[in-house]
Amino acid sequence: MMFSFCADPKSLEGLQWLSCYLTTGTHMSFYGSFLTVLVLLAVTAPVALAFGFGGAVAGRSHVAPLRWIGKTYMAMVRGIPDIVFFLFFIVALDQGLEYLFHFVRCEDLSQPVRQAGEFRACPAAKIPPGSAPPAIHQIYNFALAVFTFAIVFGAFAANVLSGAMQAVPRAQLETAESFGMTPRQINRRILIPQMWVYALPGLSNLWMVLIKATPLLFILGIEDVVYWAQQLGAMKTQTFSYPHPDWRLWYFLGLLVFYLLLTKVSEVVLDRIMTRLRRGLPMAENGATA
Amino acid sequence: MKKLILTTAILALTGGAASAQQVVRLATEGAYPPFNFINDAGEPDGFEIELFDTLCERAEVTCEWVTTDWDGMIPNLQSGNFDGIVAGMSITPERREAIDFTASYYPAITSAYAAMDPDADFATGVVSAQVNTIQAGHIAETDATLLEYTTPDEAVAAVRNGEADAVFADSDYLKPVVDESGGEFVWVGEAIALGEGIGMGLRKSDTELKATFDEAIDSMKADGSLNELLQKWFGGEEAPQF
Repeated sequence: MMFSFCADPKSLEGLQWLSCYLTTGTHMSFYGSFLTVLVLLAVTAPVALAFGFGGAVAGRSHVAPLRWIGKTYMAMVRGIPDIVFFLFFIVALDQGLEYLFHFVRCEDLSQPVRQAGEFRACPAAKIPPGSAPPAIHQIYNFALAVFTFAIVFGAFAANVLSGAMQAVPRAQLETAESFGMTPRQINRRILIPQMWVYALPGLSNLWMVLIKATPLLFILGIEDVVYWAQQLGAMKTQTFSYPHPDWRLWYFLGLLVFYLLLTKVSEVVLDRIMTRLRRGLPMAENGATA
Repeated sequence: MKKLILTTAILALTGGAASAQQVVRLATEGAYPPFNFINDAGEPDGFEIELFDTLCERAEVTCEWVTTDWDGMIPNLQSGNFDGIVAGMSITPERREAIDFTASYYPAITSAYAAMDPDADFATGVVSAQVNTIQAGHIAETDATLLEYTTPDEAVAAVRNGEADAVFADSDYLKPVVDESGGEFVWVGEAIALGEGIGMGLRKSDTELKATFDEAIDSMKADGSLNELLQKWFGGEEAPQF
């Protein structure tokens, strides 16, 4: 309760009612969930980029098994619908870890873990343990979600980066070679610095898609902005302190504005980065061909 | 990210030994007043929350509430994400095939139709209900066309939006909706008793937990405190009693 006059909500009217309503515990959780989305973006983007970079480098590697891993990663994750991958991977990851721990930590291994439709890892194998505070459970679920987001968007990033690496004019690399640079030096000094210019349009597109994919958190059972908009917008009867009719339309309108703002700001920032990256690279400015 | 997972894993590995008292994680929907809902302070509240806070105390276990969506509750229980379902779940033969139930803590529920038009065709028209509920199962067996929604609130909204002729739901849930609609909603047809009462859902392998809660529920039935709680949450004199 933020204001003292909120003690008896049913006697309130107008602006007072609204100011009390908008500062309830549930609304605070709603505002907090916007932060959840931003944290998800802030953590996922660099991790996905790292995965993408790893995937792209592996995909171009001269070592065959490494190349296969890189190519399979890109093809597999990009070929499966996000939502299917999310629903499958989260369960598979969670149960896979617990399955592993089951054999490491449990004493009674006489019974199979999967039995009669149940997944029976012993209590010591549970991640997090049943006794852990709810916050740990929530962080764990969120971590699983971020990891899955990073894998999915990493595969797309890998594809963008590997395309960008190919787009760097061969003449540049050959010149470097003729100067006597080793393949490693060429990568570090010529290929990677120039690659970003070609990668940025694709990566900024990916960033926009990532922003728009954040409501997938809701499907993964995380209390994100969509969850709270649904929960708060639902019609409330007199059982609640602040009864109101179905207001989902307004809550979702709020989300719409939030996402539009987020993508608009991103566009402006990405445009600036692009201008900066292009500086001193005349080639990239007049089309990407050599 | 990997670091975070690792930290959690380490927490998981070291946390196990520390708990002296058993922690039972109870799943609820938090969208089914007056059985369970999230109150304005953001806490789980309702008949089932109050009941199980007492039951857990009597059974001497520490209970923790987990809010989760209704549709995935049984699979999540089976894969061990929590230990019990306390979400107004009626005991039915179909559900018994997958999970176990404690003794009922609420008698067989009455379900009813509500519509905006007193002459709404609930028998052969379009009827909305929450997905995977006993009510949805019932409508599927009638001549009506079933429209399923993930939350009971959306099932009600479907009637308001004209997508469904009537909504079929637990009458305890619908009562405040009809009473407070200012005549917009009316009861149609007869109320029907469905199922074998509401119990707590458990994994079939958790026989000890079932015995613990059965005993606690029986003790609350015997000393009348369960009936008192029912009266408190379900309209005094009209409340169902054991």
